[in-house]
Amino acid sequence: MGIELSVIWALIILFSIMMYIVMDGFDLGLGILYPFFKEKEQRDIIMNTVAPVWDGNETWLVMGGAGLMAAFPLAYSVILSALYLPVILMLLGLVFRGVAFEFRFKALDHERHFWDKAFIGGSVAATFFQGVTLGAYVQGIPVVDRAYAGNAFDWLSPFSIFTGIGLVAAFALLGSTWLIIKTVGEIQNRAYKITSHLSWILLGFIVVVSIWTPLRDASIAERWFSLPTILWFSPVPVLVLACTYLLRRAVAQRKQIQPFIFTLMLVFLGYSGLGISLWPHIIPPSITIWDAASPPQSQGFALVGALFIIPFILVYTAWAYYVFRGKVTSGEGYH
Amino acid sequence: MLGFTALELARIQFGFTISFHIIFPAITIGLASYLTVLEILWLSTKREVYRDLYHFWVKIFAVSFGMGVVSGLVMAYQFGTNWSYFSDFAGSITGPLLAYEVLTAFFLEAGFLGVMLFGWHRVGPRMHLMSTAMVAVGTLISASWIIASNSWMQTPQGFEIIDGRAVPTDWIAVIFNPSFPYRLIHMSIAAYLATALLVVGSAAWHLLRGNNNTSIKKMFSMGLWMLVLVAPLQAVVGDLHGLNTLEYQPVKLAAIEGHWENKTNGEGVPLILIGWPDMEREETRYKIEIPHLGSLLLTGTWDGPIPALKDFPPEDRPNSTIVFWSFRIMVGLGLCMILMGIWGAVLRWRGKLWSNRAFQKFAVLMWPTGLIAILAGWYTTEIGRQPWTVYGIFRTADSVSNHSAGQLGFTLLLFIVVYIAIFGTGTAYLFRLVQKGPVPFEGRQTEEGGVGQEQTPMRPISAAKKSDRDDAPDPDERDK
Ligand code: HDD
Ligand code: HEM
Ligand code: HEM
Repeated sequence: MGIELSVIWALIILFSIMMYIVMDGFDLGLGILYPFFKEKEQRDIIMNTVAPVWDGNETWLVMGGAGLMAAFPLAYSVILSALYLPVILMLLGLVFRGVAFEFRFKALDHERHFWDKAFIGGSVAATFFQGVTLGAYVQGIPVVDRAYAGNAFDWLSPFSIFTGIGLVAAFALLGSTWLIIKTVGEIQNRAYKITSHLSWILLGFIVVVSIWTPLRDASIAERWFSLPTILWFSPVPVLVLACTYLLRRAVAQRKQIQPFIFTLMLVFLGYSGLGISLWPHIIPPSITIWDAASPPQSQGFALVGALFIIPFILVYTAWAYYVFRGKVTSGEGYH
Repeated sequence: MLGFTALELARIQFGFTISFHIIFPAITIGLASYLTVLEILWLSTKREVYRDLYHFWVKIFAVSFGMGVVSGLVMAYQFGTNWSYFSDFAGSITGPLLAYEVLTAFFLEAGFLGVMLFGWHRVGPRMHLMSTAMVAVGTLISASWIIASNSWMQTPQGFEIIDGRAVPTDWIAVIFNPSFPYRLIHMSIAAYLATALLVVGSAAWHLLRGNNNTSIKKMFSMGLWMLVLVAPLQAVVGDLHGLNTLEYQPVKLAAIEGHWENKTNGEGVPLILIGWPDMEREETRYKIEIPHLGSLLLTGTWDGPIPALKDFPPEDRPNSTIVFWSFRIMVGLGLCMILMGIWGAVLRWRGKLWSNRAFQKFAVLMWPTGLIAILAGWYTTEIGRQPWTVYGIFRTADSVSNHSAGQLGFTLLLFIVVYIAIFGTGTAYLFRLVQKGPVPFEGRQTEEGGVGQEQTPMRPISAAKKSDRDDAPDPDERDK
């Protein structure tokens, strides 16, 4: 019983993080792209494409954290204390960009530039440090006696900085393809151009990370290239190339929704590659989900709620998106 | 780092960040319910004043909600970053409670928030009311889970310790632990009181400036009703809460009372009104006391003994100097609120509510006291629980992550700088909104400075175009 619970919880947490990447990814991406849109009116529109939904998007991050604490308290405590500085910096980034949604509109004209910068800086910092966290996590976290055994700056490495920048590119691409869906005219034109550049950049990052990861870590290399897994894995590079091609074609044909869908598929491929590399470790390289599990009483209790409530959450979240469907244009916005 | 140990820095950091956080939930809990009431009144009476008030307070709600969310996000991760040993020990219990909070409350609030703030013209009036109500319910559900978790740390039960970790055996016992009902009710009322004081204080500020339109009078009156009904109730609940503490956390109660030892001759315990509990000298100095009142209030007898600090070893005693005073600040402010409620009722009865300037000045003065009392109350509760994170079971010193003091000092500094800058500006924006006051017929047109809206209209044309829209266009009209 304990074993299945841990697997289900690992899947729920993976799902929450996936939802987070998909949903907060594009709204963080808008902050990253803000510098490319200078006029105030354009910035208003861009922000208004997500203003009614950003809080819900971010809640998936809280869900990931709370789920981890509930089902794998050891992982929650070790990972967060090992990645202390990047996590705190990421949170502070989220603070800046989160308040910008309201403050930017409440500020007087001469103050507004500050909240524009807060939105940009906060989004870039939050994304970058999420990427750093991811890179550092994949590198592995030493654990002795149920506690983090490394030092304060173990997370800082060329690899983690590279994954940080890579995630900025990925979220920017999600943002630009989201803008293609939600806007018209000048903003949309520019979003198409940006998408076209970013698709190459992201492909570059994916290729480099895919080569670098097994080179860095012999156990991941062994896992990738050993027999059952390689069968799972071999389609992945092909699919990545196919997605990039389809994405670029959709942009060339000025499709509205397809670019976003293909970007999501790219992100999903990268994410599942990561999952396959690490499974079933929850604190790589040594602690598995079973080692870190909370007692079945805890996992079971929380699971009842999760399985029962998550479908409702998905329904009313979809409803909120539906209410605010359609293009956002100047002045009309959401009011 | 400045002579602080890592443990002290971690505690200061937690105290600092939660103190900022709790202010905003208190306002959002109160305002969300108030907004629901306003919207019900608007839909059932169709009197413009309620819609105007809704549109006024929803802006203030939106700004404080934003600050509540971002400061809360930080809290959700601090258990892991700063208190990793605590999380490993108790995560099996506090984790599921937090997970339920996310599932049942945070998603609910976030999901309906967008429609509440931006959907006035997008959905029908009933749908909009439902969204507001869902957000309000969400804030209360959220409070219930987090307070269940906190109360379990105060009065733990329903678990076993296996291999050095807490394992839940009975979830009902964990959630409905002995102090949970008192703390939940006391905190919810505190949020309503604090909000009522903000509403009344804002109205009084406008009245003093001769700005006495119907909306201002209406909110002054509504807030005062809340105050006169609820402030006395809070004192009763607080008293029951204290009796609960006497039973389950005796040493905390002794510290609150500054009571060091029981007289050997069985003489009753006095109530110390003010004094200076001195932890070194193990006595309360400079005290002014009322004989026998302590026994009377806490035991219901003339000279019954109550737990005393000297009954406990020094390393198990919380800092009496702090909790003695934080408790008295809370109770003192609570008494002022009761007084204010009664004074307002008398003025209303005599028909002088709108003209009595002394009362209005007092109301402006009382503006922040609800929030101050909330902080004072939490300091009493939390510092009174020391030196334990899980009372009697797990010590704070064993809870803290093993970061260096330098690292913790650095992040603490970052938090202080960022929070003061951000939440300081946010508070300034709140004041700005309050000063503008309710605008008649808001909601019929696009409101200036409304949620996600400019202080000044972007283009007169777009505002004019909206003004001929109806309040709730039929669904087909929405998407243009
Ligand atoms: C009595 C009420 C209360 C108390 C004691 C706390 N909170 Fe809180 N919290 C709320 C009441 C609340 C709320 C009313 O539900 C908020 C405020 C604004 C909001 O968005 O929801 C909120 C927001 C909020 C959020 C953002 C949710 C979102 O993204 O929408 C998080 C992650 C937390 N809180 C976590 C915590 C933690 C870990 C706490 C303890 C240390 C804590 N809160 C104390
Ligand atoms: C919301 C109002 C709250 C305030 C103002 C508050 C205040 C404080 C303060 C001042 C401390 C430091 C005490 C000290 O070390 O001397 C503290 C510690 C702590 N509190 Fe609270 N608290 C609040 C709510 C909560 C809640 C809801 C929880 C749990 C779910 C909680 C859990 C903790 C923990 C884990 C610590 C750290 C360990 C400790 O120092 O005891 N607090 N809090
Ligand atoms: C007027 C008489 C009041 C009494 C007798 C009273 C009593 C108490 C007691 C005994 C505690 C400590 C509980 C513990 O042992 O942990 C407490 C905590 C608290 N009080 Fe009060 N209180 C009063 C008024 C108020 C007011 C007016 C507010 C705010 C508007 C308030 C807000 C709080 C809060 C937020 C806490 C911490 C949470 C909790 O433990 O419930 N109290 N109160």
